[in-house]
Amino acid sequence: MGQQDIDPIVRVSHVYLDYVNGRNRGTTIIEDASFSIQHGEKFVIIGPSGCGKTTLLNAIAGFLKPYQGQILVKDEPINGPGPDRAVVFQNFEQLFAWRTVLGNIVYALQVTKHLSKHDAIERARSYLELVDVAAAADKYPHMLSGGMKQRAALARALALEPDILLMDEPFGALDAITRNQLQLELNDIWRRTGVTIVLVTHSIQEAVFLGHRVMVMSSSPAQIREIVDTSQADKFGSTTFTDISTHLRSLLIRDETAQERVAELSAVE
Amino acid sequence: MRLSLAQPTVAKAYIVPSWVRYILIGIGFIIAWQLYVSYGGVNPLLVASPIATIQALITDTSNGQLPMATFNSLQNLAIGMAISIALGLALASLSTFFRFGRDILTVLTAVFSALPGIAILPLVMLWFGLTPTSIIVVVVQSALWPIATNTDTGFRTIGTTTRMVALNLGLSRFRIVRDVLLPAALPHILSGLRLAWAFGWRTVVAAELVFGIAGSAAGLGWYINNARYFLNTPPMFAALVVISLMGILVDGFFFWIERKTVIKWGMKLAH
Repeated sequence: MGQQDIDPIVRVSHVYLDYVNGRNRGTTIIEDASFSIQHGEKFVIIGPSGCGKTTLLNAIAGFLKPYQGQILVKDEPINGPGPDRAVVFQNFEQLFAWRTVLGNIVYALQVTKHLSKHDAIERARSYLELVDVAAAADKYPHMLSGGMKQRAALARALALEPDILLMDEPFGALDAITRNQLQLELNDIWRRTGVTIVLVTHSIQEAVFLGHRVMVMSSSPAQIREIVDTSQADKFGSTTFTDISTHLRSLLIRDETAQERVAELSAVE
Repeated sequence: MRLSLAQPTVAKAYIVPSWVRYILIGIGFIIAWQLYVSYGGVNPLLVASPIATIQALITDTSNGQLPMATFNSLQNLAIGMAISIALGLALASLSTFFRFGRDILTVLTAVFSALPGIAILPLVMLWFGLTPTSIIVVVVQSALWPIATNTDTGFRTIGTTTRMVALNLGLSRFRIVRDVLLPAALPHILSGLRLAWAFGWRTVVAAELVFGIAGSAAGLGWYINNARYFLNTPPMFAALVVISLMGILVDGFFFWIERKTVIKWGMKLAH
C-alpha cells in the first residue's frame, strides 16, 4: 500500500515497557517497538496470549509510561490517559453499573465535552442508534447481554468523537455469532466515521478481516515480528484472505512441529 | 403417600407473606409474655406485663417524655454519625490515593476498632464533662471505624476496568471519588453504615445510662435509669420497646435504600 509514514497519527519509537507489580517488578514486556499508525487506519496488534499486546495498547492510551523510547500522538508526547484516545475494554464491567446505558454516555459527554444535558442526550441517542442499542437506552447495564454491553461501550467511546479508538479484545468474551455480527458492524461504523482504530486481538481471522495492517508480536519480551498488509483481504474465504491468514499463522507459531499440526488443521477446515 | 401429604403444607407456607408470618410470631411472644406475668406468679415490680408496658408507652408518649428522650438520643447519634461519615470518607479517600494514608488507616483501625466506645467514656467524661459532646465522642469512636474500613475496602475492590474508564474520561480526583468510587463502593459503604448505626445506637443508650442525670440532653438511657430510681418497671420496658423499634425502622430504611440503589443496579442480590 505504501501508506507508511504519509500521515501518521501515532508514532511509536524504540519503546520499552515493563511490568511493575509486586514480584515482577522491572520485567521487560515490550522491547524496542517502533511503528506508526496512519490517520483513519484500522491497525491490528496480534500476538500470543500474555505477550504484551494489551500493555502496548495501554501505553498508547496513556495508562502506562515507557521506561525508554517515546510515543507521539498527533506529534505530541502523550501525557496520561484522555478522551481523545477512547478505550473499549474486553471486560463487560466497563459501563458504570449505577447509570443507565443512556446515562453512561450522557455522563461521559458532560464531563469531557461540557455539553448541556439536552445536547448530551441528543448526541448519546444518535450514537446508541449507530451501534443499534437505542432500545436499551434506559436499562441498567446488568440487564443487558454481553453483546449489548459491548455495543453500549462502543457507543460511549464513539460518542466522545476521539482521534483514536483503542480496542482491547472487545469481542473476545462474546459468542461466535455475536462476535461476527459486531465485526461486520465495526467495519460499517469505520466506513461512516473514518475514525482511526487500534485493535488488539488474538484471533487471526478477526485481524485479517478488520485490519488494514496487522502487527505480529513475538512473546516475552515481545518484539515486533512483522507488520503485514491485510487491506486487500476483506472477504472471508477468498484466496488472499486464506493466504494472509496462513502467513500470519506461520509468524505466530515459530515452532515447526506445531506449524505442521496447524497446517493439517487448516487443511481439514 | 407421605410425599403427597407433605407437599400441600410446603405450598401453603408460601401463601402467607413473610411480614405477616413475622408479625404473627411477634404476637405469639407477646401473648406468652402476658400469660407468664398474669399466671406465672411473678412480682410485677420486676416484670411488667405487655399491657402495663403499652400503658406506660401511651402515657409517656402523650406527656412527651418518651418522644423527647428518643429525640435526644437520636440527635446525639445523628451528630456522631455525621462526623463519622465525614471522617470515614476522608480517611478512606486518603488511603486510596496515598500509601501514607493507607498506613495511617491501617494503624488507627488496628488500635481503635477493638476499643468499645463505652470503654473510653470515663476518660471522655473527664475531658468534656457531663455534656452531649462526651456522648458524641464515644459514638464517633464506635461508628467511625466500621465506616472507614468498609469504605476503604469498597474503594480498593473496585475493578481495574472501572478505574481505567474513569482515567480515560480524564476525571479530576474529586470527580473520581464522587462520581465513580462512591457509587462503585456503595454496597460496602452501606454495610459499613449499617454496622456503624448498630454500634452507635447501642453506645448512645449505654453512655446515657452511665451519665445518669444529664439535664436537657436526657435520652433513652437516662429515661431507663430514671425509671429504675423509682422502681417503675413499665417505663423501663417501654423504653426497651422503643429502642428495639428504632432498630427495626432503621434497618428497614437501609433495606429501602439498598432496593433503590445497589439492588436496582445489579451490584447486590435482593434478599
